[in-house]
Amino acid sequence: MTDEKARKVSAAAPPVHASPPPFASPRKPSPAEIGWEESTLKPALANSPDRLADFTTVSSYPVRRMYTDADLVGWSPERELGLPGQLPYTRGIHPLMYRERLWTMRQFAGFGSADDTNRRFRYLLSQGQTGLSVAFDLPTLMGYDSDDPLSEGEVGKCGVAISSLADMEALFDQIPLADVTTSMTINSPAAPIWAMYLAVAEKQGADWRKISGTLQNDILKEYIAQKEYIYPPGPSLRLVTDTIEFGAKYTPKFNPISISGYHIREAGSTAIQELAFTLRDGIEYVENCLRRGLAIDDFAPRLSFFFNAHNDFFEEIAKYRAARRLWQSVMRERFGAKNPRSWALRFHAQTAGCSLTAQQPYNNVARTAIQALAAVMGGTQSLHTNSLDEAWALPTESAATIALRTQQIIAYESGVTNTADPLGGSYFVETLTGETERGARDYIAKIDALGGMVAAIEHGFPQREIADAAYRFQVAVDRGEKIIVGVNDYVVDEKPIETLHINDSVARTQTDRLRKLRSERSNDEVARRLDSLRRAAAGEENLMPHLFETVKAYATLGEICDALRQPFGVYQEVAIT
Amino acid sequence: MPDKKIRVLIAKPGLDGHDRGAKVIARALRDAGMEVIYTGLRQTPQMIASAALQEDVDVIGLSILSGAHNTLCARLMDLLRAQKMDDVTVLIGGIIPEQDIAELKKIGIAEVFLPGTTTQAIVDFIRQRVAQASAASQPHRSAE
Repeated sequence: MTDEKARKVSAAAPPVHASPPPFASPRKPSPAEIGWEESTLKPALANSPDRLADFTTVSSYPVRRMYTDADLVGWSPERELGLPGQLPYTRGIHPLMYRERLWTMRQFAGFGSADDTNRRFRYLLSQGQTGLSVAFDLPTLMGYDSDDPLSEGEVGKCGVAISSLADMEALFDQIPLADVTTSMTINSPAAPIWAMYLAVAEKQGADWRKISGTLQNDILKEYIAQKEYIYPPGPSLRLVTDTIEFGAKYTPKFNPISISGYHIREAGSTAIQELAFTLRDGIEYVENCLRRGLAIDDFAPRLSFFFNAHNDFFEEIAKYRAARRLWQSVMRERFGAKNPRSWALRFHAQTAGCSLTAQQPYNNVARTAIQALAAVMGGTQSLHTNSLDEAWALPTESAATIALRTQQIIAYESGVTNTADPLGGSYFVETLTGETERGARDYIAKIDALGGMVAAIEHGFPQREIADAAYRFQVAVDRGEKIIVGVNDYVVDEKPIETLHINDSVARTQTDRLRKLRSERSNDEVARRLDSLRRAAAGEENLMPHLFETVKAYATLGEICDALRQPFGVYQEVAIT
Repeated sequence: MPDKKIRVLIAKPGLDGHDRGAKVIARALRDAGMEVIYTGLRQTPQMIASAALQEDVDVIGLSILSGAHNTLCARLMDLLRAQKMDDVTVLIGGIIPEQDIAELKKIGIAEVFLPGTTTQAIVDFIRQRVAQASAASQPHRSAE
């Protein structure tokens, strides 16, 4: 379908929601509260006024001095709250929540070579983490081989270097993919990387119908925030749809996409923007799949999400609850999904990297604990906790261990897992949940009016919102309106901590490996496969089967991504500052 | 006669796409009255050196969070020297381990700004540096 046709389909779609959120009544203080204002509040304020001029969340959203029944006039527990595991899923997507099963402790890890990372994976599994999460290096993320001139200085520095199926095999050495679930943070080259993962699974004798994990594969947020794009939106969305279609058929337990807000938040957005842009990205992907001819209930149950867990405890909890309530309404009302598994929003959370400081890094353990607690009290299915040295380097083994222990302490010592949605019914949390949902719906409506998310990106709309929010936050910090302990208050002279150092020997090892690979494989076979891939890419067939055969011939990631650059073209962003 | 506006090139070298810091700094410097050119993402050292020359900048601000700073900075400083741009102040911000800072300064990076630096600190540093450079290059004036 041409871009123009696609845009017409988007514009013809019904407006955001058939039933807007019912309650937005103005605050109605009871006689008791009015009495309290006179007898108790006024004298207290006269005696010592508020500490600050404004009390706001991290996203600068105003917070009142207290919340009472006055804030929930018109709020209905049946409609707004429901029960755990039941529409509208505000209280969580499972009836028993963590009493049945804890969230997956899934620590993002990767550095150096596949062997280095394999060791760290096996260490983390031995320390009690319950799922794997792969961090790839920048060359891999951008579809370049380790020995590409553009990879110089970058190999293995931000994550693991994966240039071919051979590297992927080494990455999962002694790790049975039949028994371990793996999340892979990869976007532009998600399809070929997934093909490599599936090839390893096949080699290990793992059943594709049983293997589980997640591919991030969320290209829209790349244009908006993380900027790890290669190709333009049209072909990129085709690749995403290919993976979702392929997954629905062959890997029913695998999440082919993790629709992400984490990176949008890290780029500086507010909580409401994070929620809105993420769900609107989700809407765009659903529309693409429907245009492909997929039935909504065939793929929607395997759409998964990924949110940030930032500093403001209640703002984050409200965000996750609003996310679930909003998404079920999108699924049912906008798309007519009938399967309850299509309605239930499942998410992974990561504590906010951008909130961690270079100064007094041990303070970051406290920050991460509070953020992780918010994610748990917000009902996350999976969680990564950052390490204390986040602002300096990739985590040392000991820093990564403390991060994992933080989750274990929350799980086993804090008591918050004993009951579902512990804050349900709180005046504050229910009000904030409603305000967050309303704010997100406004943004979604704006993006709909622009013609959808791709159009909005072309207009620079989400990018500008994020840049503005990021700038406002920095101004507030510079002015001391937002305190960051150790940075603009409680500052001390300090000595640097030990950090992980990755040297350039990884690049040399990778270069040798690639030379060996290219000399040992059948280069004729590789050329044939790449040619076939190029031709298929220029057409409309699903590329996953082609990619699978191409990676098994040991074509490198760079060769594959390069082959696709011809039919797909490359994307150049118009920078918005 | 009005002071000539300080010209700053903000650049993202290498493959890293994290541009929050670069954009915030670009805006802050603009708000402080400087002329700012933002290169956009994925610039090679060659592209940055060319842009700096073309735009005749006083300052180059590099944003690097990828760990590739040693390689990229060394490359860039070589190119700037070859272009006889020794008077350009080169700054870097981002994720830079403490142990690499001395070496970066040795190859000519004027300052390394770590996470937590205020925008005002960067504005002040640039103003001071450019003023120093300008004073140093003034021809000796005889009494008029």
